[in-house]
Amino acid sequence: MSEKNRATPLLDELEKGPWPSFVKEIKKESERPMVRDLLGLLERSYEEHIGHWKHGGLVGVMGYGGGVIGRYSDLPEEFPEIAEFHTYRVNQPSAWFYTSDALRTLCDIWDRHGSGLTNMHGSTGDIIFLGSKTEALEPCFADLTEAGFDLGGSGSDVRTPSCCVGPARCEWACYDTLEACYDITQTYQDELHRPAFPYKYKFKFAGCPNDCVASIARSDMSVIGTWKDNIQIDQEQVREYAAGGTDIEAEICEMCPTGCITWNGEQLVIDNSECVKCMHCINVMPRALKPGKERGATILIGAKAPIIGGALLSSVFVPFLEMEPPYEDLKELAEAIWDFWGEYGKNRERVGEFIQRVGLGNFLEEIGLDPVPEMVAHPRTNPYIFFDEELEEDEDE
Amino acid sequence: MAVATRKTDIGPPNYKQFLPPIIQKNYGKWAYHEIPEPGVMVHVAESGDKLYTVRAGTPRLLAITTIRAFADLADRYCDGYIRWTSRHNVEFLLTDPSKIPALKKDLEELGFPVGGTGNAISSIVHTQGWVHCHSAATDASGVVKSLMDELFPHFVNMDLPAKLRVAFACCLNMCGAVHCSDIAVLGVHTRAPTIDHDELPKVCEVPTLVSSCPTGAIRPATVDGNASVEIEEEQCMYCGNCYTVCPSVKINNAETDGISIWVGGKVSNARSEPKFSKLAIPYLPNNPPRWPEVVEAVVNIVNVYAQNARKHERLGEWIDRIGWPRFFELTGIPFTKYHIDDFKHAGETYKRSVQLKH
Repeated sequence: MSEKNRATPLLDELEKGPWPSFVKEIKKESERPMVRDLLGLLERSYEEHIGHWKHGGLVGVMGYGGGVIGRYSDLPEEFPEIAEFHTYRVNQPSAWFYTSDALRTLCDIWDRHGSGLTNMHGSTGDIIFLGSKTEALEPCFADLTEAGFDLGGSGSDVRTPSCCVGPARCEWACYDTLEACYDITQTYQDELHRPAFPYKYKFKFAGCPNDCVASIARSDMSVIGTWKDNIQIDQEQVREYAAGGTDIEAEICEMCPTGCITWNGEQLVIDNSECVKCMHCINVMPRALKPGKERGATILIGAKAPIIGGALLSSVFVPFLEMEPPYEDLKELAEAIWDFWGEYGKNRERVGEFIQRVGLGNFLEEIGLDPVPEMVAHPRTNPYIFFDEELEEDEDE
Repeated sequence: MAVATRKTDIGPPNYKQFLPPIIQKNYGKWAYHEIPEPGVMVHVAESGDKLYTVRAGTPRLLAITTIRAFADLADRYCDGYIRWTSRHNVEFLLTDPSKIPALKKDLEELGFPVGGTGNAISSIVHTQGWVHCHSAATDASGVVKSLMDELFPHFVNMDLPAKLRVAFACCLNMCGAVHCSDIAVLGVHTRAPTIDHDELPKVCEVPTLVSSCPTGAIRPATVDGNASVEIEEEQCMYCGNCYTVCPSVKINNAETDGISIWVGGKVSNARSEPKFSKLAIPYLPNNPPRWPEVVEAVVNIVNVYAQNARKHERLGEWIDRIGWPRFFELTGIPFTKYHIDDFKHAGETYKRSVQLKH
């Protein structure tokens, strides 16, 4: 079967049209028997409206519990070259910057050991090497580490952290997202490679409240840049925007969520004490407005997708934290969370679900944070308060 | 006794070696940016230096042949410096703007369109689908390709009221975490798994399988003398966790798997707070290779939004202003019992006021 190209009329349909075609990409590597079988299997899925992969099997590289996702076809006789078709997660450099030489090195390694197909990048941020046999795993890993690359996370561990482009190319970055991401990734190599948590733990570093890495939706620990002082205004540039057709009243003042901006045709005035750092005015007039100078980040905890207890957005833990290397406060907070969640979290319970189960108030007490009103949308509306008095008496016994 | 040194736990390479000199020089000292044309950005540093970025869409799944071609383009136009975005776009980082037209031409000849900036539809963040996932209710790449072929004008132009983020996940596990997107396309299983009782005792551990179920719907049972399981179908929410640990519990179903559409989510804090996407269409059939029903539904929502929203208004903000009844009226999408939440905290989603438009 894998000796020559099999007809793939349904997939061929997806070579047409203006958007880049994944089918063309797969066919670019189809001199490999493995890729010919992949095309055959995929065409079968298109014919039958069903997938043909099985998860699982304990595969990986020596000494690591994560980084390789085992994958087996459920039609191994028909498509023997992809009976085993495992995925590597290769930890990407901060903000996905590369040189052409680094890319060629990665391509050469994958040329030698696998399908020649990748994802740039996987959902969590890793470089994905898509499809290799079990026997290739360890040699490929040796080549990767020799070239200075390492595997990312999978399973119940620290997942590969990721960050936005940050100060490398963005005037809105309120802290160094690339350095924070790199530092945290290096600090927690053991936690990243050897799953020891109740479930996955994701870090995402966003430089400003626009959150280009979706950290508030997708990470257990969301680090989102913000500032404390006044938005920097260049009045001349505001007038330029007005002259250029921006309707300052309608597009800026009326769309400000707290109504803290006024414009008299000459001067833009912001009542910064009312500003919630939403970024709208700055986004619309980047030449005229900039975040303030006293910069740091808000730390939020607990986002996740629906499985198991429903989707969550992260919620505020530390309203403002200075983000300077070596990020001691952030690490202390992460480790305190891991201690408590690690001991009491149920199997496959994300930290956001755990917090809902034990209660945010109790959780804060355990990790040593004081409650502040910034942590809630509003105080409780029900009167079922569990007062501490009894607990204290218990402790005295 | 000599053991070859085996490197582990070295972590990713330090990003600093991959930053072009203009970025190293102006790191953290950018003054502002502009979008002179779709797919091209210029970032101006306080020093006056200008960095030009050319952004091109990719299908995420890339052959090393293509990555090598990108590396060659990076050498030809930008001293070898290149990056990717969080939405699978590739970006070329130039200091000489006179090279932009030739780079754009080369990219387009290679088949990679330049765009995805500003008030546009950028590349669709998506998952593996039938290419490589065990629990996929549909393919990912094929649906995304079909959608982007039709939404293409919104990628290469910046003609929408605001940016519009589309995301795709092929099952409820949502590796693409699509739940906060302007438009989320989500593969759904709609039936409890079927069990191969002959195969199960040979390939699966019953206790592991039982504990894999988030709702406790799986119980040990003896079937025809074999140690197997039974599934309380009313408790099943079709997540596929059981299939992950036991291939004999088959969640994928060619007849009943399909696609749902969700709208109005966002992650940015701009203007309104981040919000979840909400259900627009509970089920559309799996219809490869072009999924016409899904494409038509998404294009309709994009068109109605483009015609009705105000400048800067994201899709969810537009719906918040006009109200859900009017969203369903304008899009012509039927409202059904499936739109009404019945999971935890469902009551918080009921309308509890008489502020209604008649």
